[in-house]
Amino acid sequence: MTLLPTNTSFAADEGLRSELQKAGVFVVSLEWVYNWGRKSSIWPLGFGIACCAIEMICTAAARFDLSRFGAEVFRPSPRQADLMIVAGTVTKKMAPQVIRLYNQMPEPKYVIAMGACAISGGPFKQGYNVLKGVDRFIPVDVHIPGCPPRPEALLHALMTLQRKIENQRTLGSDARRTNPAYRGENRECPIPEFGEHDLVPPYNPEVWKPHTIVREA
Amino acid sequence: MIDLAPILAKFPPVKHDAAANALIVPQALALEVAKWLRDDPAYRMDYASNVAGVDTLPVEKKTKVKQPDGTDKEIVTKKPGSMEVVYHLYSMALKHGPITIKQVTTRENPVVTSLTPIYRGAEFQEREAFDLYGIQFEGHPDLRRILMWDEFKDFPMRKDYVEPDDYEYEPTPHDAVLAKAKAHYPKASTSTEAAS
Repeated sequence: MTLLPTNTSFAADEGLRSELQKAGVFVVSLEWVYNWGRKSSIWPLGFGIACCAIEMICTAAARFDLSRFGAEVFRPSPRQADLMIVAGTVTKKMAPQVIRLYNQMPEPKYVIAMGACAISGGPFKQGYNVLKGVDRFIPVDVHIPGCPPRPEALLHALMTLQRKIENQRTLGSDARRTNPAYRGENRECPIPEFGEHDLVPPYNPEVWKPHTIVREA
Repeated sequence: MIDLAPILAKFPPVKHDAAANALIVPQALALEVAKWLRDDPAYRMDYASNVAGVDTLPVEKKTKVKQPDGTDKEIVTKKPGSMEVVYHLYSMALKHGPITIKQVTTRENPVVTSLTPIYRGAEFQEREAFDLYGIQFEGHPDLRRILMWDEFKDFPMRKDYVEPDDYEYEPTPHDAVLAKAKAHYPKASTSTEAAS
């Protein structure tokens, strides 16, 4: 593990730093300490909406032990959570509530879309009542495929998220530019209305655009 | 198999559907038949296990018949569509069943008699049939949508329902899904340009 994030302009003599480490003196940037604290205490929002939640609970329990990553503190309130694990099928009827929970979380906030349903609609994709991926309405940081994903996959997603947090700028003038949480803009996602045939609008154009598929017809 | 002859003898308007071994009950008589089935000591059907809607589209069948003068004559037979509600009744007390009850109505104006006053357990299932098929249950105490939201206007389990076109990508599309996915492909001219 490098003690300095790769994107810092902080220049220190590598040899001097390793000599100091041997003597028990660590020279790191304040940002590194800050991010180290953030990534090691991700508090997920405790909510599951389908069978993936069982895997998520299993991940949190003794055998897989989410607390090894400092992420075992499942919060019952979105106001105290950093991470939303969308564990399961998001039906169109449920979607406004999921988005509302996301809006109620404080910055900086992250989203893991867990399982086939949460990333694409899964086996219900061709139906009428399931959202074809939660990323149509809220920005997703990590997608995990699987039906349901194994606890190892969720742990991998968490480690991927930790790596993302590790490399985010939180201090200095760069932070505003590179980290959406520090831009000071309103990251609230608009909540769709229940329409006569579908949700209105069917997706949030700010975070999602329909794919253009190039394929021989 | 339960002997249905006493029911048919007691209620002459009730017809027997031999193919499905079901009783076809007219709407006006449904409540009375259900009440009798529940209370009769020989049946005691005290449990409505299942309420289902069935939608059948009208069918048009063309058959060619050879005329004596050698020409073919086309005969068109039309079978009207229908909307049905199927109840499966069991007896917990006598450990027998099921008896299948059907109420048949039209697709244009689907109205049947609710059996919720007799079987309280049918309440949510009738609401589901109302939600997904649009079948009106007369006498239901609280007929609202149960799965879809209240503002929803369609009936998604009907055969002629068209779902919102809200997916674009399918890894291995085929049949109806292929037709739907093709609508989202770039236009043919642009795709050949991209290929060349």
